[in-house]
Amino acid sequence: MAEVLVLVDHVDGAVKKVTLELLTLARSLGEPSAVFVGDGSDAAIATLTEYGAANIYVADDAELGKHPVAPKAEVLAQLVAEKSPAAVLIPSTTEGKEVAGRLAIRAGSGVITDAVGVDPDLTATQSVFGGTVIVKAKVGTGTPVITVRPNSTAPEASAGAGAKEAVSVSLSDGAKKATITNKVTEEKGARPELTEAAIVVSGGRGVGGPEGFGVVEQLADALGGAVGASRAATDAGWYPHQYQVGQTGKTVSPQLYIANGISGAIQHRAGMQTSKTIIVINKDPEAPIFEIADYGVVGDLFNVVPQLTEEVTKRKG
Amino acid sequence: MKIAVCVKQVPDTWAEKKLDGGDKTLDRESVDGVMNELDEYAVEEALQIAEANSGEVVVVTMGPDKATETVRKALSMGADSAIHIADAALHGSDALATSLVLAKAIEGKGFDLVIFGSESTDARMSVIPAMVAERLGAAQLTFANKVEVTGETVKIQRVTDYGYDEVEAASPAVISVVEKINEPRYPSFKGIMAAKKKPIEAVGIGDLGIDAGQVGLAAAASQVESFESAPPRAAGTVVTDEGQGGVQIADYLSAQKFI
Repeated sequence: MAEVLVLVDHVDGAVKKVTLELLTLARSLGEPSAVFVGDGSDAAIATLTEYGAANIYVADDAELGKHPVAPKAEVLAQLVAEKSPAAVLIPSTTEGKEVAGRLAIRAGSGVITDAVGVDPDLTATQSVFGGTVIVKAKVGTGTPVITVRPNSTAPEASAGAGAKEAVSVSLSDGAKKATITNKVTEEKGARPELTEAAIVVSGGRGVGGPEGFGVVEQLADALGGAVGASRAATDAGWYPHQYQVGQTGKTVSPQLYIANGISGAIQHRAGMQTSKTIIVINKDPEAPIFEIADYGVVGDLFNVVPQLTEEVTKRKG
Repeated sequence: MKIAVCVKQVPDTWAEKKLDGGDKTLDRESVDGVMNELDEYAVEEALQIAEANSGEVVVVTMGPDKATETVRKALSMGADSAIHIADAALHGSDALATSLVLAKAIEGKGFDLVIFGSESTDARMSVIPAMVAERLGAAQLTFANKVEVTGETVKIQRVTDYGYDEVEAASPAVISVVEKINEPRYPSFKGIMAAKKKPIEAVGIGDLGIDAGQVGLAAAASQVESFESAPPRAAGTVVTDEGQGGVQIADYLSAQKFI
């Protein structure tokens, strides 16, 4: 069975959930192998093996971590040349997509981004134009390079051989031209990452001001979810811009999306309407967001949301 | 200092975007085109850097004839001149071909910086800046929410999931900027009038040494096999809060096993 390479998304060896989703998906396409670039592989091997990695290729030369994006593309390009895999799967994150783009040039391959599914014949499903159109696309040239959105596959453990193999790569001059001089972590508390979260609770214009996000955050914390915001809220400076969900912000596709005081302009819907279950709380019964709600409450969010938070906390006990 | 700013004309945000039933490419004819919103930040950043470093800004676009409107907008904001790559052979080009065309149009012209918006609002791949950097062998400084240019040194804050990375390189560099890095200026009346006299160089793929077989739909390394409208979401339940709205949602979430 042909190998399918999966680029591991991790922070110092702590493997992100999307990697486990991609290993699970890769099992339906061939034999999954993990490609680990950076430090901390020892901490990751058990998890990668548990989720089916037959081989674990480890590139941990310190030089690789000093430069953004390009080193990962060059490690993958070398493995594509050496192992002739059936496909390469990469998490559809900001960095993952850039890695895929550079890899596609190096490997002479077609690239498909933002897949929400991949069939055994490597046909990828994409949800485009803000989730209004479903496209089936296939790479016809070279080794298919496909980036897959988080939350597209439910991760399932199924042990693989987990054979570790060290990979040594000499970087191109171009890859070394940009250097990371500092990594800055901004305080975000214990909340999951927005694009990866299974539950997202968002606030919009109806939240009324920065202090109004308190009730949104409390509900997110009760549910163990991430906090998002509409553009109206981020433009007004009520919530940091990096939490904006929408056409010019993040695209999320969680299991559960709760929209609070968000009218549902196309700009916002484009970033969230592929969410599995959508709950809407808005005092305007005419708000277009109700059209995509699985369950909606017309009412004042400052009454409904705290009551919901209390109820969630009670039931989770 | 010479700066290229790459812009793209995209369907208006509010327009319904459709794929053509024939060749399965985005129908750009039946909708109003606007400058990709994120590219407005790229133009503004280019202008600010040029103003601080007595530089020159050249707008670069690839797109059909009607993309001239977007070029004019960038010129009316203050860019000095433009290169418009338009060629019937480019229709249906994928990211590999697009990055090739842009790289060929940029290379050898002595640009110190090439600035992009971080993604287009139509295709939303956000791969082109990285691919152009790869092709040019230039430093990749992408997803910047802050750019500092000091002589030949370019420093950015690259937005990450956890905060940001400080990334540094010597020019030439390819930069992409995120929304809100700056406040894009509105073209002034004077700017709009001046733009009419600014030079736009029309370029075909032959001028770039590119063969028709390397670009366009036929050369695309990935193909759209089929498409369909997403099934409409099944109508949900909407209730009016009469004091128990929060509890009612909790009941629904319990039934769906979220809590």
